[in-house]
Amino acid sequence: MKLKGANILLEALKKEGVDVIFGYPGGQVLPILDALYDEKINFILTRHEQAAAHAADGYARATGKVGVCLATSGPGATNLTTGLATAYMDSIPMVAITGQVKTHLIGNDAFQEADVTGITRPITKYNYLVKDIKDLARIVREAFYVASTGRPGPVLIDIPSDVQMAEAEFIWHEKITMRSYKPTYVGHPGQIKKAAKAISLAKRPIIYAGGGIIISGAHKELRDLAEKIKTPVTWTLMGIGGFPSKHELSLGMLGMHGTAYANHAIMESDLIIAVGARFDDRVTGRLDAFAPHAKIVHIDIDPSSISKNVSVEIPIVGDAKNILSELVGEIKKAPDTSEWLKTVDEWKKKFPMQYKEDGILKPQYVVEQIYEATKGDAIIATEVGQNQMWAAQWYQYSHPRTFLSSGGLGTMGYGFPAAMGAKVGCPDKIVFDIAGDGSIQMNIQELATCVCNKINVKVAILNNGYLGMVRQWQELFYKRRYSQVSITGPDFVKLAESYGAVGISVSKKEDVRPAIEKAIKTDNTVFIDFRVEAEENVYPMVPAGEAINKIIGGLA
Amino acid sequence: MRRTISLLVENKFGVLARIAGLFSARGYNIASLAVSETLDPVVSYMTVVVEAEDEKILEQIKKQLNKLIDVITVTDFTKKEHIDREMVLIKVDYSPKDKGKIENLLNKYVGKIIYSKGDIAIIEAVGDQAQIKELLEELGKFGVKELVRTGRVAVGY
Ligand SMILES: Cc1ncc(C[n+]2csc(CCOP(=O)(O)OP(=O)(O)O)c2C)c(N)n1
Repeated sequence: MKLKGANILLEALKKEGVDVIFGYPGGQVLPILDALYDEKINFILTRHEQAAAHAADGYARATGKVGVCLATSGPGATNLTTGLATAYMDSIPMVAITGQVKTHLIGNDAFQEADVTGITRPITKYNYLVKDIKDLARIVREAFYVASTGRPGPVLIDIPSDVQMAEAEFIWHEKITMRSYKPTYVGHPGQIKKAAKAISLAKRPIIYAGGGIIISGAHKELRDLAEKIKTPVTWTLMGIGGFPSKHELSLGMLGMHGTAYANHAIMESDLIIAVGARFDDRVTGRLDAFAPHAKIVHIDIDPSSISKNVSVEIPIVGDAKNILSELVGEIKKAPDTSEWLKTVDEWKKKFPMQYKEDGILKPQYVVEQIYEATKGDAIIATEVGQNQMWAAQWYQYSHPRTFLSSGGLGTMGYGFPAAMGAKVGCPDKIVFDIAGDGSIQMNIQELATCVCNKINVKVAILNNGYLGMVRQWQELFYKRRYSQVSITGPDFVKLAESYGAVGISVSKKEDVRPAIEKAIKTDNTVFIDFRVEAEENVYPMVPAGEAINKIIGGLA
Repeated sequence: MRRTISLLVENKFGVLARIAGLFSARGYNIASLAVSETLDPVVSYMTVVVEAEDEKILEQIKKQLNKLIDVITVTDFTKKEHIDREMVLIKVDYSPKDKGKIENLLNKYVGKIIYSKGDIAIIEAVGDQAQIKELLEELGKFGVKELVRTGRVAVGY
């Protein structure tokens, strides 16, 4: 039986197990919207396409499934780009569908035409312009396959509206073959043996875990390895949740705002076992000073991540879960790390994570209280800035897929829509967006989406009246010349109320916990406006471009 | 440092832009690029000559090329036996009395006069980098007015 393109698309999406699409309508997706009218797929109408992309991304990060978003041609598609770039940088599986002007108008500067495959080429893992209806079903199949395999990433499908209306037989290919795309999942046995040997011989080993742990679901294997070889574990922002924070071997996050002890430990280590991490400059600091005594074992599914920034003695390309489990089996003799663990413990005692409590409401305290109240079981999304770092430092994560943050691109405005997507994917979880007063104003319109769709998320605004992270840099590196960083917000309580959500304002320490408890109990989206200390800084801190043991500020 | 790399890629629209984008996004210069169909019409062959500062950058370029979904194989000719050639069209100052001298010269190379009128001639020549360079130096005596090069093509053996 012949189907219209729009119906072929929806049939294909259903075959892929898609149950929700975040999106926004427009002229060039009308056939798809019309076909949706008769379908059970949940379409969540966001208030901005950027939010649709972030919501699909948050859904994907929280569930591990592919997130799907949809936008019309031209401005609809260009509004998706920040969301695509965000997902691309953090390797998030996502399929974005955009409408395009009719095939014969492409290239003619038609109304609402934009070269979307051209614009999104550098920020997608792959993209398609569907010129022939006969290719549509196969392209959808390929798009999901490419998005979710290997190093995942966003894939875009641009569909001209005449293709949405054309008719073809719906042919579904269960198996797809793409001769030039064959991700490697199994690690090279010889390399794994070499790594096992290097580990046995190490005196001061450290595991450095990145987002790859979460993507491949390798948290159990990671823990097995750490416990078997009694080696401390540090992680990147993207690796949060991959190893339990409260574990005795855990060192917390490393890098620019990592713990002092993690940074000292990596600098003094003689073997770094890097898993699914890419040696980002926020982690390594000054490259030529990074871990001078260490040999590096690097496990990554993406060969181009290996030896990109640091040179690696033992590269192992493949899936982290596979490789770690083989590696654990291959290690015959665990290294003797007792001295090393003693040293690390001394650092932990000497440079603990702390902040000064002096009567004024502290953002760190707010984050700690969210942790206490949710018992570490919530999904936390963050915006970008100080709020993001405090959310990373002061909430204790013990499960993968519970910390959603724009790591690679650092996208303000990410957290709220991502939280929304996560809640749709995990309706039984408590979902918080830990926000700055600046960032929340970037996608605040999604309050309407939340309220209309009864998506019950909590937004904890750490309101300091500044674009705090920028102010911190101006304080430290620009002689307190606070240029363009003081920012006013609306009355967040009234604003929330005007959308039909709930607003709470908190300025005293003793009101923090009751407000959080109340928010959790409330069956609605809640904005809590925490009036925190205006000039509080994120510490520890390593200035950009310094060696990561050159730690400034804080109490340590 | 210049290096010749060949690529087998899917013959689809957008592929060239993807490959070019990979270089431009990192600020690397492409010294030359030649693309054509192969015996298999759904596959194209590209010869790329890249300019990179060091070995590490070239390694990264190769890995990134390999990562592109439409790229089937990447061959680096640095350590591989190969033949490379380039074709040039050269417009020179010409008077019929030079004909003999130019033809003599061209006999040393794979080249010939393919057009002449009034005081110009157009020469076609094929060779490797060194040969083309030499030929151009010699033709310099007659006066080179214009030069068009196809860029290098290379094949391994
Ligand atoms: C879209 C976008 N624009 C600009 C920036 C640069 N930037 C990074 S942090 C920051 C300040 C964030 O302020 P706020 O949301 O109030 O959070 P705070 O740092 O105060 O917690 C800015 C402007 C960014 N990361 N993203």
